[in-house]
Order: sequence, then C-alpha cells, then structure tokens
Amino acid sequence: MDNILVVDRVSKKYGDYTALNQLSLEIPKHCIYGLLGPNGAGKTTLIRIINQITYPDTGGVYFDGELLEPKHIAQIGYLPEERGLYKSMKVGEQALYLAQLKGLSKTEAKKRLKFWFERLEIGDWWNKKIQELSKGMAQKIQFIVTVLHEPKLLIFDEPFSGFDPINANKIKEEILYLKEQGTSIIFSTHRMESVEELCEYITLLNEAEKLLDGKLSDIKKAYKNNTYKVGVRLNNAYEEAVQKLRADLRVENCTYDQEESLLDFTLNLPSPDTQKALEVINGLGMLSYFEETIPSANDIFIKTVEEKQLHG
Amino acid sequence: MGKLGLIIKREYLAKVRNKSFIIMTFLSPVLMVGMIVLISFLAKVNDSEKRVISVLNESEHFRRGFVTNDNISYLYLKDIQLQEAIDSTRSMGFYGLLHIPEEGNLEMAADSAFLYTKDSPVSYVLEQLESVFESELRIKRLKDLGLSKSEYLQVDRSFEIRASTFSGEANIKGISEIKAFIGGGFGYMIMMFIIIYGGFVMRSVIEEKTSRIIEVIISSVKPFQLMLGKIIGTSLAGVTQFGIWIVSASLLLVIALLVFGIDPVILVDRSNLQSVSAGMSTDLSPEVFERVRIVGREVLRIPWVTLILFFLLYFVLGYLIYSSIYAAIGAAVDNETDTQQFIFPIILPLMLAIYVGFFSVFSNPHGPIAVGFSLFPLTSPIVMLMRLPGGIGENGVPVWQLIVSILLLIMTFLAIVWLAAKIYRVGILMYGKKPTYKELWKWLKY
Repeated sequence: MDNILVVDRVSKKYGDYTALNQLSLEIPKHCIYGLLGPNGAGKTTLIRIINQITYPDTGGVYFDGELLEPKHIAQIGYLPEERGLYKSMKVGEQALYLAQLKGLSKTEAKKRLKFWFERLEIGDWWNKKIQELSKGMAQKIQFIVTVLHEPKLLIFDEPFSGFDPINANKIKEEILYLKEQGTSIIFSTHRMESVEELCEYITLLNEAEKLLDGKLSDIKKAYKNNTYKVGVRLNNAYEEAVQKLRADLRVENCTYDQEESLLDFTLNLPSPDTQKALEVINGLGMLSYFEETIPSANDIFIKTVEEKQLHG
Repeated sequence: MGKLGLIIKREYLAKVRNKSFIIMTFLSPVLMVGMIVLISFLAKVNDSEKRVISVLNESEHFRRGFVTNDNISYLYLKDIQLQEAIDSTRSMGFYGLLHIPEEGNLEMAADSAFLYTKDSPVSYVLEQLESVFESELRIKRLKDLGLSKSEYLQVDRSFEIRASTFSGEANIKGISEIKAFIGGGFGYMIMMFIIIYGGFVMRSVIEEKTSRIIEVIISSVKPFQLMLGKIIGTSLAGVTQFGIWIVSASLLLVIALLVFGIDPVILVDRSNLQSVSAGMSTDLSPEVFERVRIVGREVLRIPWVTLILFFLLYFVLGYLIYSSIYAAIGAAVDNETDTQQFIFPIILPLMLAIYVGFFSVFSNPHGPIAVGFSLFPLTSPIVMLMRLPGGIGENGVPVWQLIVSILLLIMTFLAIVWLAAKIYRVGILMYGKKPTYKELWKWLKY
C-alpha cells in the first residue's frame, strides 16, 4: 500500500453551500503533501473530514488501506488553523491530558514529553500555566502535543501563521525530522509560497473542486513555458545589441546598466532547445547568467483558474 | 480510564481548583450563616423594643384592661389636662397617649376614646388596644343580655375541628404546608443547581472556544463526549460544592446559634412560634404534646426513600436537559455578552415552575394547574417534587401522572440532548458570527 490516505469522490454540503464536490485525492506515504487553494476552497472541510470532526455526505475516505474509523484518530495528528491551549492549565498536565486523549498511557506520554522538551529546548515549564508563557513558547507546546502520539499522518492547517520567523524555521526543521522518521505530512495553506519548497506533491483546490494534483516537479515541468532570465555583459552599444536580439528571438523586459554594461532581459523560446539562442547571445558579449524561470504554485494556480474560466 | 473519564476528571479538577470557585465554596456558608445570625439578631432586637403608652383615663371604665406585657408597657397619668398629657408624653419620647374621657356610659367612653401618636401607629399596638376595648364591651353587652362574666368566659373558648384521613389517621392543621415546604425545598434546590452550574457549563464551553483549543480536542474525541464529560464533570464539582455548603453551613449555624444564644425557634414562622412557645411555657399540655407527636409522625411518614429516589431521578434528568441547552448556547456564541437573548427562555420555565409551585401546589397539590405543570417536562422536575411529599397513589400523586411525567421527561431529555449536541457540534467550530435563532435552526440541518 503506497498511499497513506485515499479520498474517494467526497462531497459535503452545508445547507445550500457546497464545501466539497466529488473530490478525489491520493496522498502517498512518507512525503509532504501540499493542499493549496484560496480561502473557502474547501481545505479545512476536507481536513475536518479526515479528522472525523465532520462527515462527508457522500464518498469515502481510506486510511492506510482501511475505511476511516474512530480508531484511526490515534494515528493522526492535527494542528488546526484555529489553535490554542487551556490558558489556566499547567503545561505538563495539559500535555498529558491531550496525549491521553489520543490514547497514550500516562507513563509513555511523560517519557515522550521529556524527549520533546529537551529537543525543543523547553526548560522548566512543566508547572507553568500557558498564560504565563510567551506566544512563541506556547506555540512550541502546541506543536509538541500535536506530534507526541507519533501519528502516521500529520496534518498542519496554515502551519506557519502566527509563528515568528525563528520558531517557524525551528518547526520546519522538526517537520522534516518527522518526515525522515517515516511520517506522512499534509500541509494546508492559502499562502502557497510558504510551503512550496517543502512539498513533494500538491493539490490545488478551488471552489470545492480539485484543479490539479500531482508531483510538484512534474506539474512545474508541465507548466514551465521555456522562459529564461538572461544577463549579458555587452561588447557593443545597447541599441545595436537589442536590435540583434529582437531579430532572432522573443525578448522582453530589457534593462540596461550602463556602468556595468550589463543587459538583463526575459527570453521566451518556442521549444526547450536553447542551443540557438545561446549562440546569438554569446555573439553579443560575455554571458553573466542564464536561468530558467520555474512557475510558482501561485502562478500555476492563477493560470489554471484562468484557463478553467475560459473553457468552462 | 476511557476518554469520557479523562474529560470528566479534567473538567472536575479545572473547576474545583479554580480560585474563585474555592473562595465561593468556603465563603458562601459564612455569608449565609452570617445573614441568618444577623437577621435573627435584628429580629430579637426589634422584638425586645418595648413601646410605652401613657394612658389618661378620666372615666370609670377600662381600669384593668391595660396591663403591661412583652410589647407594650402602660403608664397611667392622673389629674392633668389632655393638652398637658399630650405635651409630656411627647417630651418624654413615649410612643403614644391613650385618652379616655369622662363618660358615665361604657359604650360612650369607648366611642370617645382617642389615641395620639407621633406618626401612624403600628398595627399590633392598635390590635392590642382594640382587643381590650372589644373584650370589655363584649362582656358588658352580654351582661345586658343577661349573661354573667363567668358564664361568658365559659362560653368563649376557641374550637378546633378534629380531622382524620379516610383510613383513620388523625390529621392536623398545617401538615400539608409542611409537606409542600419540604417539596418546595427540593424543587428550589434543583432550580438553583441548574442556574448556577448550567451557567458554569456554558462559560466553560465559551472558554474552550475563545482559547481556541476546541478543535484540538475534538480531533481526539467526539463533540458529544466532550459535551457530556463537561456536563458531568461540572455537576460533580457542583455536588461537591453543595455538599460542602450544606455540611459547613449547618455546622456553622449550630455554632453560631450556641455562641450568640439565639433560640432557633425565632427563625420559624411566627404562627408556629406562638404555638411552640406556648407549648414550652405550659410545660407541654397533653393537647400540645399530641399535636407535636402527630406532626413528628407525619413528617416521618413522608415517604422519604421514594421522595429522595424521585428527587435524584428528576434532578438528573432535569439538570441534563437544562445543562445541555446551556452547553449549546455556549457553543453558539463567541462571548458571554451574546448569551443574554438565549438565557432568558431557559430561565423562564424555571421561574414559572417555582412560582406556580409555590402558589398553586401549596393551596391545592392536585389542582389542574399543579397537575399540568408537573407533567410539562421543562417544569416537572420542580413542580412534581413539590407534590410528591404528599405520597403516591391514594391521597397523593396518582400513579399515572407520575409515569406520564417521567416518560415525558425522558423523551424530552433525549430530544433536547440530541438537538443540543447538534448545535454544539456545529457551533464550536463557528467563529465571529453572532448567531440568531434562524442560524441555529439551519445548523440543525447540517
């Protein structure tokens, strides 16, 4: 079994509002999966269905090959977008309580808490109340209680919102560590750029439906359009060089730095063959850089939405 | 320990360790006993105030009627003018002056008698003075009809009808009031418990929403489990608090009464006070002894075991109905100020039950209003308990009414908890909306 989670034609309505429409997904094991889309696309509804907080109207969800059941709760860890802790409860008690609710024994929970407290450099907080902690400290505790029961699948909804950059980085590292340990991870966010570098697979959701999904590198390959950013140190005058370029190639956004005699421009090629273009450019002077422009998830999203609106 | 057990334990400890809860638990009995001591002390002070009335009696009559007693002492004035008497009474700071002018005739003297006071006289002073006139007049009038005073005194005795139930048990005045008071006590306790601890449940739900922990928790447990655990945990804390209150308040009360030397009888209703103190002073005359014995027997004959069993049943069901509504309200709102519009419809049936109970059950435990309200599920936990001390079956609550009442209550309980759980499940995940009844209705269909 290669997939940790399979979502099969799931639909969910709230009154007249359709939150999910015939959504199907396959989330492979041991990878980081990005669930991307704007607010209101249905991400949180899907996540709540996976966590069995709400239930689909039609369709089924399969966890590790089995139909999703209450017993699977212990194997899923969830960090919701709206998150918090009991303010007047002590850190240790609170963590133990939440761990026990996930099915851990008290002794096991204590042992693991000790491990994580050391790992995240949490000192002597056991008897402190959450309201006495700084926000960053509370977030660390929140992360620990999410992962403490060593779930097979971790779901983070808007994981880095509210984290300061240092803590966000720390948490990122910990998530990668958990992935190495064999955990499958789902990121859900509308800020696509924030998780792009981490995700191997993504799904783009919009208005209750899937726009596209697959391996991020494949999607990018499919969506890149042979656009390059180029910089050349010119031997000759600027006007002459541009004329020569425009004669053979599609060139846009030319900027010229007189002092450095550096010309920057965007190049659009009809095919992935760069040979001919490079010859032309080399004739103008010394090549400073030549870089393929890879579309961001955001660009792809906007493009697919536009295409869809055109065709449907 | 199951998840429900864990939730109950957490809710219980969170409540019991709360500082204001602890303070309330230990301060309330002190306040309560303090109030009782203060009230009875004030009553004692009030009672011991003697009013002085000067009497200027220029006639032959009413010479022996005005005798100083516990409440009024009389001071006789002689050989002065009325105006002089008024002035001196006022300057001495006495309560008033009773003037009986010189008249040969008793009737005339009574008619022209006059009471001067600083402001309008209190009723017991008037009553006492009037009764003196009344009794002298009655004796005189009867004498005119040819009846001597001793003959009259023989005739003038109060009468009390002897009563018994059909099965032959001697009955006694006031016993049904005592029963209603006991039932009323139980009903009142249920109402207080619902209002106090239902509110706690609601606030605890709101706290989980505002601290945003709710979604973390319900990814581990079912919302219904959380709601149930919260209600049970909070009510156990409530039972603990009530227990501490009752035990410590009774202890404190006993201590306070001993220390301040207050006769507990003073706290009892005035009419009882008279009969009991009369009983004391006359060294328990046989009739009084009989009466006390019957009251005691009747109180013991109240079916305590059944009553307490039904109290527990009605208490548990009634409390669960109301507290799940409270939980649903807590889930529907974002902060406590938004709860007002929903709280009122809850308090209404409770208040109605208490007032209807006190007014209609006391006068007629088996009248149509009392029966109706003891069947209606939102008021039955209170009203039925007020009726139950009268017994079940013959002379008491008919068995069919009890069964219908409990069945209705159980059905309502299931329906309300189901509805409340639905609202709760949707509401806890809703933020930033001020819900309306229309909105809640929509949630039921999600």
